[in-house]
Amino acid sequence: MLRAISGVVPSTAEYRFFGVRRRPRSPEQVARLGVAHVPQGRGTFGNLTVEENLLAGATLRRRTPEIAEDIENWMTRFPALRDRRAQPAGSLSGGEQQMLAIARAMMGRPKLLLLDEPSLGLAPRVVTELFDHLKALNETLHVAMLVVEQNARQALRHADRGYVLEQGRIALHDTAAELGGNDAVRAAYLGV
Amino acid sequence: MTLLIQRLFDGLSSGAVYAALALAIVLVFRATGTLNLAQGEMAMFTCFLAWKLADPAHGLGWPVVPAILLAMAVGLAGGAVIERVVVRPVEDRTDHLPIIIVTLGLMLAINALAGALFTTDVVRLPEVFPAGALRLGDVHLSYATIGLLAVLLVVSALIWALFQRTRIGLRMRASVDNPDSARLLGIRRSHMLMLGWGIAGALGALAAVLVAPQTFVHTGMLQGVLLYAFAAATLGGFTSVLGAVVGGLIVGVLQSLAAGYVGFIGNDLSLLVALVIIIAVLMVKPAGLFGRVDSSRL
Repeated sequence: MLRAISGVVPSTAEYRFFGVRRRPRSPEQVARLGVAHVPQGRGTFGNLTVEENLLAGATLRRRTPEIAEDIENWMTRFPALRDRRAQPAGSLSGGEQQMLAIARAMMGRPKLLLLDEPSLGLAPRVVTELFDHLKALNETLHVAMLVVEQNARQALRHADRGYVLEQGRIALHDTAAELGGNDAVRAAYLGV
Repeated sequence: MTLLIQRLFDGLSSGAVYAALALAIVLVFRATGTLNLAQGEMAMFTCFLAWKLADPAHGLGWPVVPAILLAMAVGLAGGAVIERVVVRPVEDRTDHLPIIIVTLGLMLAINALAGALFTTDVVRLPEVFPAGALRLGDVHLSYATIGLLAVLLVVSALIWALFQRTRIGLRMRASVDNPDSARLLGIRRSHMLMLGWGIAGALGALAAVLVAPQTFVHTGMLQGVLLYAFAAATLGGFTSVLGAVVGGLIVGVLQSLAAGYVGFIGNDLSLLVALVIIIAVLMVKPAGLFGRVDSSRL
């Protein structure tokens, strides 16, 4: 579904983005609307350095001094990235690569951040850290986020609203707190 | 000793040309992930164009340097157009065979077109560098060799700076590294591909006009050179700009030494050197000297 929004896979669907009707045509165009997408499997540029990955995230921006400032800010937020700024991104651990992928997407100063299975392949402790970071980004930078996540427990704990998809259709939606308390949801998705 | 040094210089001089064409091959390979078999013929075509502009008797009689620069500009535009119009429609990231076949067709078509448009005769492009040589003891270092090496040095430094020091270069590298992620960041892959092929076209044109004093200008002028350039790219590792340059120089020197010291090779069999290099590299170190073995951690 996220890949359809970004225009990676062809889609005939329309959606409203901040009140304007959109029909995604190509990922390049969707990016220009202010939608950033952290793909499943992170999609970092393995042969580019950490710093170059971040710079590439600012492709659509023009003001070099602001970009440099943002890079410093992201390295402060994720200190592991500063320690490895000149290393190829491919040498980073899974969790570090996920942080890099998020920071890279945020370098474009998007209005909406799409995250596809961000917890995939990460250790439980790293997953908790990741969601804490996402929550902090959401609160301090006021960026809207749409997270597709198998780890329903973690996702619902941090989200404002939850949507349960069944075979591509929205089966249930409510505030995250309500959904998390819903007995049917708990039985089916949270395994309690 | 004198002869050895002389042969080394001769080798470096042809090596510079192989390096320039190998650079073009590497740029296309990095952008599209495949070989452009027509790279040599595209370069030959632009070299004919330079001749047409510069030749006083059969052409416009321009000074040679502007003629070469315009030929390189046509190489740039031509490379981009060919990528967009002929290569893109058959692009398939999992199967590179269609592109190879298309470039093979281009190779034949451009060869025929050059013969029809210009001439099937052998013609001469005026020299860029002054005749004569620097004498170092008994060794002659021709101004042409010095010029060739200087041009190669400047061009590879420019290419390196383009990739490592500019935003457009960063975007090209990102697009090569992970095309899908690059598009999600708003990097137009289409433009990056055209740019890669375009720069390769300009480099090819440069290689052709540099080699023209030795081979003269004719429709077959680069067919041998292309093989050496492939050998250079293989030796250098196909993904590396530095590799293409170093590979080109090594191949040039090896060819010159083999032709000079291995009796049966002489000048007739020196293409054998290119083939032996290709096979040896692929058997011993398939990634080449500077090639990257892609690795990633999930």
